[in-house]
Amino acid sequence: MLKKIQKLGQIGLDFCHRVGVSGIFLLQTIFRRPRLIRFIPLVMEQIYNVGVLSLVVIVLSGLFIGMVLGLQGFNILQKFSAESQLGQLVALSIVRELGPVITALLFAGRAGSALTAEIGLMQATEQIASMEMMAVDPLWRVIAPRFWAGMISMPILTVIFSAVAIFGGYAVGVGWLGVDAGQFWSNLQASVDFRLDIVNGIIKSVVFGFICTWIAIYQGYHTVPTAEGIGRATTKTVVYSSLATLCLDFVLTAMMLGGW
Amino acid sequence: MLQTSQPNLIKISNLDFSRNGRYIFKDVSIEIPRGKIVAIMGPSGSGKTTLLRLISAQLTPEVGEVLVDDVNIHHLSRRELYKKRRSMGFLFQSGALFTNLSVFENVAFPLREHTKLPEVMIHDLVLMQLETVGLRGARDLMPSELSGGMSRRVALARSLSLNPQLMMYDEPFTGQDPITMGVLVKLIKHLNDILGLTSIIVSHDVVETASIADYIYVIAEGHVIGSGTAKEVFADKSPWVNQFIHGLADGVVPFHYPSKSYAEDLNI
Repeated sequence: MLKKIQKLGQIGLDFCHRVGVSGIFLLQTIFRRPRLIRFIPLVMEQIYNVGVLSLVVIVLSGLFIGMVLGLQGFNILQKFSAESQLGQLVALSIVRELGPVITALLFAGRAGSALTAEIGLMQATEQIASMEMMAVDPLWRVIAPRFWAGMISMPILTVIFSAVAIFGGYAVGVGWLGVDAGQFWSNLQASVDFRLDIVNGIIKSVVFGFICTWIAIYQGYHTVPTAEGIGRATTKTVVYSSLATLCLDFVLTAMMLGGW
Repeated sequence: MLQTSQPNLIKISNLDFSRNGRYIFKDVSIEIPRGKIVAIMGPSGSGKTTLLRLISAQLTPEVGEVLVDDVNIHHLSRRELYKKRRSMGFLFQSGALFTNLSVFENVAFPLREHTKLPEVMIHDLVLMQLETVGLRGARDLMPSELSGGMSRRVALARSLSLNPQLMMYDEPFTGQDPITMGVLVKLIKHLNDILGLTSIIVSHDVVETASIADYIYVIAEGHVIGSGTAKEVFADKSPWVNQFIHGLADGVVPFHYPSKSYAEDLNI
């Protein structure tokens, strides 16, 4: 019995230790002084890898989610003869919640796992160690560009997701189900507030980008350098990023709605 | 810039290091003289690679000190350590080439990171390095297109880009065919002599390493169990060294894993 309690305590201590190590790792990544002339091209390259190559999945997912939302929304609104409110329903759902959250989940699954696998493989094949031995700091050369690329890409991907999803809702609602286009857009415009809805959505996406990228680079850098270890690390990246996104979404929403 | 006043480039004193509760080194002292090739040999798992990582400050000892050119390498700040590492070259067992860069780009990497040389000069320097290891024609290949021996030769060219004073080789001959092994042995000796390097080779390939080493340390069970020139080590009659150097199947390191008696297991 005592041993079980000890083990429980040890798990708690290990968790706190890991959180501490990841915090120090993050601070070192952000505050190691890079050489800007070399750093900016590296960040641009990573924005392409992390952001541009995620566009297909983001655009397609946004389109289908917007279309489903338009369909389901119309189905329910027509019971109250409120089909004209479809634009408002689709836009607010997407911009406030679904845009940031689904983009973050897709980002974690596609880009986050790729970052973890790439960095983990570099650890396993001693590329990181060889960089250290060549007196090149891997934190600014390899890790920091990927971190800033994730931070920059996420809000942009969220905006693209939201725009495509609203278009998907428009295509289904107006193009297929017969909602008046003027009512769709005028209700949308009247109900969506730039500061309360759009900016808050972007703030959420920045926070989600920060947490998802931090988890991905930490898991990759500290993975056990074996095939099994890298597999576990990529799984942890997706699971932890997803859970953290959903938890932070609740916290941020509560703060933004003023209930905190 | 390294000084040349002391005869020993590296001095390891009373080194203790453990991992996961197990002692890897206990009170180990080693000296690496300048301009020589020193081999560190021992059975698998004896900590040879760990010793190289302690010398290059990738790991920190619990007790003892590692002096590189009279400076305790583990007391340096990050900036000073990186400055020191520019005069060290490290050849990893796998080569550790950057898989997203071509052979040319891999060898050019340290020059681009640490110098402001124009591209034309970097181009020529890289080709010279590749010529030294016989791979100038492979400059445009990617690491995935290279054999194991070729990868190590490219990694060797990369390690020598900044003209280090100290070269460390981690198991350079492991898994190589006889021709590639011969090429690597010749290269290590040739480069050490021509460039005036100090070289440390960690290996358990006794014959190949002993053919070029000026001095040999044999490590086992956390201690230095034998040392001397190749001739002295081969003539050493202590059971551990004798079994390792001559590859005897049974001796101090038993052939059979400890278990109960054979008759007991077979129920005879």
